[in-house]
Amino acid sequence: MDLNLDAPHSMGTTIIGVTYNGGVVLGADSRTSTGMYVANRASDKITQLTDNVYVCRSGSAADSQVVSDYVRYFLHQHTIQLGQPATVKVSANLIRMLAYNNKNMLQTGLIVGGWDKYEGGKIYGIPLGGTVVEQPFAIGGSGSSYLYGFFDQAWKENMTKEEAEQLVVKAVSLAIARDGASGGVVRTVIINSEGVTRNFYPGDKLQLWHEELEPQNSLLDILNAAGPEPMAM
Amino acid sequence: MTFTIPIDNGDALKNAEADSQRTLYPYVTGTSIVAIKYKDGVLMASDMGVLMASSLCKFKGFMVDNECAGSYGSTLRYKNIERVKAIGKHSLLGASGEISDFQEILRYLDELVLNDNMWDDGNSLGPKEVHNYLTRVMYNRRNKFNPLWNTLVLGGVKNGESYLGMVSMIGVSFEDNHVATGFGNHLARPILRDEWRADLSFEDGVKLLEKCMRVLLYRDRSAINKLQIAKITEEGVTVSQPYSLKTFWEFQAFHNPTAGAQGSW
Repeated sequence: MDLNLDAPHSMGTTIIGVTYNGGVVLGADSRTSTGMYVANRASDKITQLTDNVYVCRSGSAADSQVVSDYVRYFLHQHTIQLGQPATVKVSANLIRMLAYNNKNMLQTGLIVGGWDKYEGGKIYGIPLGGTVVEQPFAIGGSGSSYLYGFFDQAWKENMTKEEAEQLVVKAVSLAIARDGASGGVVRTVIINSEGVTRNFYPGDKLQLWHEELEPQNSLLDILNAAGPEPMAM
Repeated sequence: MTFTIPIDNGDALKNAEADSQRTLYPYVTGTSIVAIKYKDGVLMASDMGVLMASSLCKFKGFMVDNECAGSYGSTLRYKNIERVKAIGKHSLLGASGEISDFQEILRYLDELVLNDNMWDDGNSLGPKEVHNYLTRVMYNRRNKFNPLWNTLVLGGVKNGESYLGMVSMIGVSFEDNHVATGFGNHLARPILRDEWRADLSFEDGVKLLEKCMRVLLYRDRSAINKLQIAKITEEGVTVSQPYSLKTFWEFQAFHNPTAGAQGSW
């Protein structure tokens, strides 16, 4: 089987951004693939742009990194000039500017999320092509295909911080279960007026889904636990 | 202001796309707009569904590979996008096609309206002028092989005169008493040709548009049951709240269509 190790690094990915009563929760998986090979199984796809604005990256790893780097650079200067933290809307519009004007070259879908004192917690989705859409929640990446129905049913307005984070973790975990291009751990970033909190959920901290089994150290443990001669009559 | 990341897309002699920066195909698209002139002005209807093209071969190659341009089915990505916007005091712009290009057109028009206001001379851009501006923009982009992937509907009222026109992504531009984009051209316009009158009241106009939108809902795969109707008169612009239409499924023939021939549709 051809692993195609020369294929561009792509983050198949599942990314999510959700607003709640007081801020936003961003979530993502951690798999970066090169063709069929997992180049990085613990990537961090939730990237900081400013103290109060983060972006979830999907699609081409290189394109999303370079766009984030440019926007971080612009926002840094903008913050100095403005004299106060940049707003989430400005961050989203700077990303849009790059995404739209380079639409032929870029293959990256982004979800911008953050908190500012004017609008509170906000999420902006920026799919391929450079459209900007402000949404109460956004999903993206290849794994998101499996989550449209889930969110249609599970999303509610005005969740608490805990409810929102649990929703995000559950959703990324469900997508990982079905999308080959998503995997690894679930990372979340919570942004509100108090600041930013990063969380990390490895596979053993997550609920098991259909046809998934409790992880074991070895078959030997199973055999020993069952007793020395279980089938002897 | 634009910022283009400087990149090398390859040898311009061998690669046709190397030195061009054009929109190759639309990603995030809106469907039909249907609009009619009526007694007091113009009515324009659109649904709020926006599709995202999805292509399994997206990650295979770079943009030069145009065989990836088709989409493998489409996801109804956004269900809350307004595709009809007020422009200045006298016009209404509706768009189908690529939403990022529509957002860019709105930015151009913002600048146009700003400059118009800055003259502070009591004059304001009417629908005819905005339509003309859009036609020039669309046609010139077409000439550079870098179209804005939209079909635009421009309606408005100024000094008692109603105006309704359309511009396509290749710059084809015209005015009429009723216009529609995309599927609407095929499904809605025949209805309008039959039933439109110059003296339609607001109520009759709305009912006529709803008749068209219902047909589109039945027969356009990219339509959703969530629409808005915008009205423009001499007084100004009103955009309705989003609402859904009732649909009818109780034809006898629908109840058990394969009873006589199992396996047929």
